[in-house]
Amino acid sequence: MTTSILFAGFGGQGILFSGKAMAKSAMYAGKQVSWLPSYGPEMRGGAANCSVIISDEEIGAPTITNPDVLVAMNLPSYDKFEPAVKAGGLMIVDSSLVAKKSEREDIKVCYIPATAVASENGIEGMANVIVLGQILKLTGMFEYDTFLSYILKGIPESKAALIEKNKKALKLGYEF
Amino acid sequence: MSDKVLMKGTEAIAQAAIECGCKYYFGYPITPQTELSEYMAKKLPKVGGLCLQAESEVAAINMTLGAAAAGTRVITSSSSPGISLKSEGISYMAGCDLPCVIVNVQRGGPGLGGIQPSQQDYYQATRGVGHGDLRLLVLAPSSVQEMATMTVEAFDLADIYRIPAMILCDGALGQMMEPVDFNSIPRRETPEKDWAACGHKGERKKNIVNSLYIDPQVLEDVVDERYKRYDIIEENEARCEEYLTEDADIVLVSFGITARICKTAIKAAREAGIKVGLIRPITLWPFPKKNIAAVADNAKAFLSVEMSKGQMIDDVRLAVNGKAPVHFYGRTGGMIPTPEAVLEEIKKLHAEINA
Amino acid sequence: MKTVFDRPHALSDVPLHYCPGCTHGIIHRLVAEVIDELGIEGQTVGIASVGCSVFSYNYFECDMVQAAHGRAPAVATGVKRTHPDNFVFTYQGDGDLAAIGTAETVHAATRGENITIIFVNNAIYGMTGGQMAPTTLLGQVTTTSPYGRDKAIQGNPIRVCEMLSTLDGVALASRVAVDTPKNIIAAKKQIKKAFEYQRDKKGFTIVEVLSTCPTNWGMSPEKSLEWLRENMMPQYPLGTYKDIDAKEEK
Repeated sequence: MTTSILFAGFGGQGILFSGKAMAKSAMYAGKQVSWLPSYGPEMRGGAANCSVIISDEEIGAPTITNPDVLVAMNLPSYDKFEPAVKAGGLMIVDSSLVAKKSEREDIKVCYIPATAVASENGIEGMANVIVLGQILKLTGMFEYDTFLSYILKGIPESKAALIEKNKKALKLGYEF
Repeated sequence: MSDKVLMKGTEAIAQAAIECGCKYYFGYPITPQTELSEYMAKKLPKVGGLCLQAESEVAAINMTLGAAAAGTRVITSSSSPGISLKSEGISYMAGCDLPCVIVNVQRGGPGLGGIQPSQQDYYQATRGVGHGDLRLLVLAPSSVQEMATMTVEAFDLADIYRIPAMILCDGALGQMMEPVDFNSIPRRETPEKDWAACGHKGERKKNIVNSLYIDPQVLEDVVDERYKRYDIIEENEARCEEYLTEDADIVLVSFGITARICKTAIKAAREAGIKVGLIRPITLWPFPKKNIAAVADNAKAFLSVEMSKGQMIDDVRLAVNGKAPVHFYGRTGGMIPTPEAVLEEIKKLHAEINA
Repeated sequence: MKTVFDRPHALSDVPLHYCPGCTHGIIHRLVAEVIDELGIEGQTVGIASVGCSVFSYNYFECDMVQAAHGRAPAVATGVKRTHPDNFVFTYQGDGDLAAIGTAETVHAATRGENITIIFVNNAIYGMTGGQMAPTTLLGQVTTTSPYGRDKAIQGNPIRVCEMLSTLDGVALASRVAVDTPKNIIAAKKQIKKAFEYQRDKKGFTIVEVLSTCPTNWGMSPEKSLEWLRENMMPQYPLGTYKDIDAKEEK
């Protein structure tokens, strides 16, 4: 069983963090995993994406042509990758930043106004974790508590305030 | 829960170097390998070592030369344009028989090129890095785990054979993260560095680390001696991974990140009933020509898959030695071939063979 | 009988390849005497450069490393940083240090690299046969400035000690000459001070030695010394340009 997840959005939206959280969790769960970011100057404010592959066997190409799961956090990402989602796959769209609706009928689409939800709840910048909560709910890839503990593990003690924010965001996303 | 850590390729190289006793790094920032310097800058002072940012790649490789000449385990890293600058120093290190590890996280070229992954420095690494008759040991990892394992291997081999070793990887391997286990990396026994220039303390005759031999006969003798060592390396150290080659009609040859893309394509091709396999050179010099020659006895066609306009294909052709046609598929500019495109090439070849 | 003059131990007992009348031999001897006097031969690593002094690895009895053209300060950095208790010196000419190796020189200096540079300035490329050096004087004829160095074409000569003296990492920058017994004694003093500063980890030390090249200048050894005094010294005045321990700096 191999799952490919493409996270795409703007630099600064925590795209790479989301991918890392997913990849680390899979590693702790004993899976094979790869995380491949876009890199270079375009990361500083421009488009950012990362490809995460989680598998029970050795991972060949770490690149993703047709993702099983697409997280589109802005319009350019939506436009670029929506047609590429594998038939039968899942697409999660931050609907506070993407107004379009997909016309594809061969994939499952979930619209979640993650950026708006984050603002309304006083956790600006946590839209990515809200989306992670939603992915957990939709895919059941990881147990909620286990995943939360993996996320929190990556936060340094110096940033303790982030712990509460992450907890809150994951819950909001999971229960949306 | 495993002992594995999720790490970037560049960081895995840096950590592996530290794990095998390398405490010195000299470098100059260039994308996409700067994380290696940053990691060293953070970690080395904590183990009593030093990461020094030089004024240029030229200075960095010569600092590396100085450290190696004094008998110290030392590493430097750069990306393609920076390796061109280092090539002067690399030639001197080869001429001085100095062990060190040089990392090239390749990006697209020529010139300033781009910053996305490439394998366009194959010729440079295996043929022309610096002037003179010389070889580098060239190791080509294809996973983050191998970035770590082969770094340790490179240090040991460099010390054993007194030769600069290069880790030839690319921007994708450098930037991607995968789990790494540092605990089970094999080690080799390495000799004392009794040739090092680090002060004779009145206990021995002076050591000279030098690449200048003004008498032509002496220079020829020195180079001949070095080539005898190169012969031993070719005999003993060529390595590759063979994947589904036993019954293969079509054999792909590919290294580094590209080899993994080939594996994905091969799986799909096998599902479609095409007998295809892969030889993944792990050492690019010495090139695993014996393995390729052996497979060529039964294979009907070869396909060299590279992120270049076709460089390794020369070595594949030499190894196949006319026993089968050698085809090429490659992308450049920082474009990574897709498994789908490689699969198409395989299908085309399959159709040609069966026509 | 009492020995009053002998070869320093740190100077190898081999014939030097330098031309008759060249002052490299004197400078080698001064460095070797200092190494002997400080008793540091066994802890010293010398870096030979490219130019006339390329074979200096054969002339000193300490461990030696041969560096590429201009890269001696970088090589010295690598040796010194990995072996901070060793004494490390480079022996470089003007082309090596002030043309192709300018970046390495300036950055080793500004880092305060705890090494000693013996910089031999004879205003010409000796080994390749008399080409223009960065320190060639205006009007000076060389094979690549056959009509005399013209600042409109080849630019101006560079004053290394003056330039380096502005850098914080420099502990000692002195210009000396070996044209007279008096100057030779003064030169040795500066070389010794440089090694002592290195011992005391004070930072980067450079001693620039004005030297002659009778062969490529096309003069007798004696005439060369006169030419050095009359032409080089006005452009490159002797003196200490920086000494972090001096009460008053020049």
